[in-house]
Amino acid sequence: MSVRLLIEAAGPAVTIQDEGRFGLSRYGVTPAGPMDLGAYRAATRAAGADCAIEVSLGGMTLRSEGATLCVAMAGGDFDIRLDGRPMPPACLLPLADGARLVLRAGPSGAWCYVAVGGTLDLAPTLGSRATHARSGLGPKPLAAGDALMLAEAPAPPLEPMALAAPWLTSSDAPIRILLGPQGDYFTPEEIEAFLNARWRIGARSDRMAYRLEGPAIRHRRGHDIVSDGVAMGAIQIPGDGAPLALMADRQPTGGYPKIATVIGADLGRLAQLRPGEDLSFRAVGWDEAVAARRAYFAAIEAGVTREPLGAEMTTESLLAENLVGGVVNARD
Amino acid sequence: MDDETPRFLDCGEAALSVEFGDSVDPVVNARVLALDERLRAAPPAGLRETTPTYRALFLRYEPLEISRVALVAAIEALIGPAGVEASQPPARWTIPCCYDPEFAEDIGEAAALLGQTAQSLAKLHAGADYRAYMYGFAPGWCYLGGLPQALAIPRRVSPRGPTPQGGALIGGALSLIAANPMPTGWYVVGRTPERMFALDRTPPFLVAPGDAVRFEPIDAETFLTLDARALAGETVARRETLL
Repeated sequence: MSVRLLIEAAGPAVTIQDEGRFGLSRYGVTPAGPMDLGAYRAATRAAGADCAIEVSLGGMTLRSEGATLCVAMAGGDFDIRLDGRPMPPACLLPLADGARLVLRAGPSGAWCYVAVGGTLDLAPTLGSRATHARSGLGPKPLAAGDALMLAEAPAPPLEPMALAAPWLTSSDAPIRILLGPQGDYFTPEEIEAFLNARWRIGARSDRMAYRLEGPAIRHRRGHDIVSDGVAMGAIQIPGDGAPLALMADRQPTGGYPKIATVIGADLGRLAQLRPGEDLSFRAVGWDEAVAARRAYFAAIEAGVTREPLGAEMTTESLLAENLVGGVVNARD
Repeated sequence: MDDETPRFLDCGEAALSVEFGDSVDPVVNARVLALDERLRAAPPAGLRETTPTYRALFLRYEPLEISRVALVAAIEALIGPAGVEASQPPARWTIPCCYDPEFAEDIGEAAALLGQTAQSLAKLHAGADYRAYMYGFAPGWCYLGGLPQALAIPRRVSPRGPTPQGGALIGGALSLIAANPMPTGWYVVGRTPERMFALDRTPPFLVAPGDAVRFEPIDAETFLTLDARALAGETVARRETLL
């Protein structure tokens, strides 16, 4: 019997992502992959999935057809409803045959991952299912009317569960950066100004880049460099002085000086900021960045906690609860 | 700054740029490609991927598996004195290219700006030996060093409309083969029927960074014949092994 996921509605930039298309940057191929790797891993590992639907602020409605599916969600604080019943923003649930799941932007967060247990019948392109819309690699962005076929669906959970993980909690702490690689294109005063400023995520931000609104950052030595490689989280200062944080869909190389790079442990936090939200940066050294990275990935490997949702439980009561439960190993 | 010791620049805690210079220069690029070859031949544990660019090698690594200090030491052990380590092109591609104005939309405009005729521009472009310095911008966009000085041309202030697929472009001191239609500030001076990037072909990419490249002039009729063959999956550019 065929099992399908029917997309009944999808906002712009709702895409399929796996961890990314690596190994071909030497041929100009962007890795793409999830904007928030920690949330992606929480959802995919809870559901037993090898890719996920990355839902944007535009939201998504989907329906199961043909079987009860195991679905996990994690990411920003989205408004999630299962046949009208509110669910916590990170959850694992059985999606009964014909049941409808609605995701809408909630109080905070920009991306939510919907992982469905089993294997989506999507052929990899250059070794990956990640969508990179600009170069046309991977599945097209999802739209109303799309149907995703599913093979080898695992047994769903008996009841909805809330998922909790420390790295999914939002925080106002400054986003940590390592200065460089082109720190020498800026005077110490301009670097200070960059670090002391309060920045706002600009409206035209997307999977390619987040625009940072604030003071103009001036270059000491001109704004053209000979193009070189670009890491996710690189903060590029183009000619107009308005910084761009380069994200998952960035070009593989770039020709503007990069004042700093967001550390791996804070990329997901940056990604979950919405246009209009504020942030600041704090410079750290390599050792501190690596210690943060070690703690971040160790937490992800240790797994999320699951707590059954009582029949009367609402999002509000869940928020009031201190969610504790059996630790589920990420490799289960 | 193009001295012998490269600069090691952090791009976050999990990527490093090994910078050999700050200009587009064949000697600098040859050092980038030489280090790329050596690291690919014997990658240190924890090294994930290398991306050669004009003047720097970009490395993605896992700092929980190899420290920055250990990675830098491994790289330094692979770097010899400048000049000694310059890599040789492993292969040479001969790429058919039509310079007929029908396929080379900007050749008249570029020739006028350079004080050339369309014919002399085409002759200079097809007579040069190029090297694939890097890919960038989008999949299959291959940037070539070796453009004759007489064809160096400032890029347009604002981009022209999308290039044709397979456009042979000039801009600055470089030539470029554009794999797919995109707006660009470069000048389209020819077009190849070869597909620089084709998902339905194995391998999807033909020219490797570091390969030598020549253009072979073809007329419009030959372009159409080769274009049909390329679309059917054939590789119409020719590859010779040099090493």
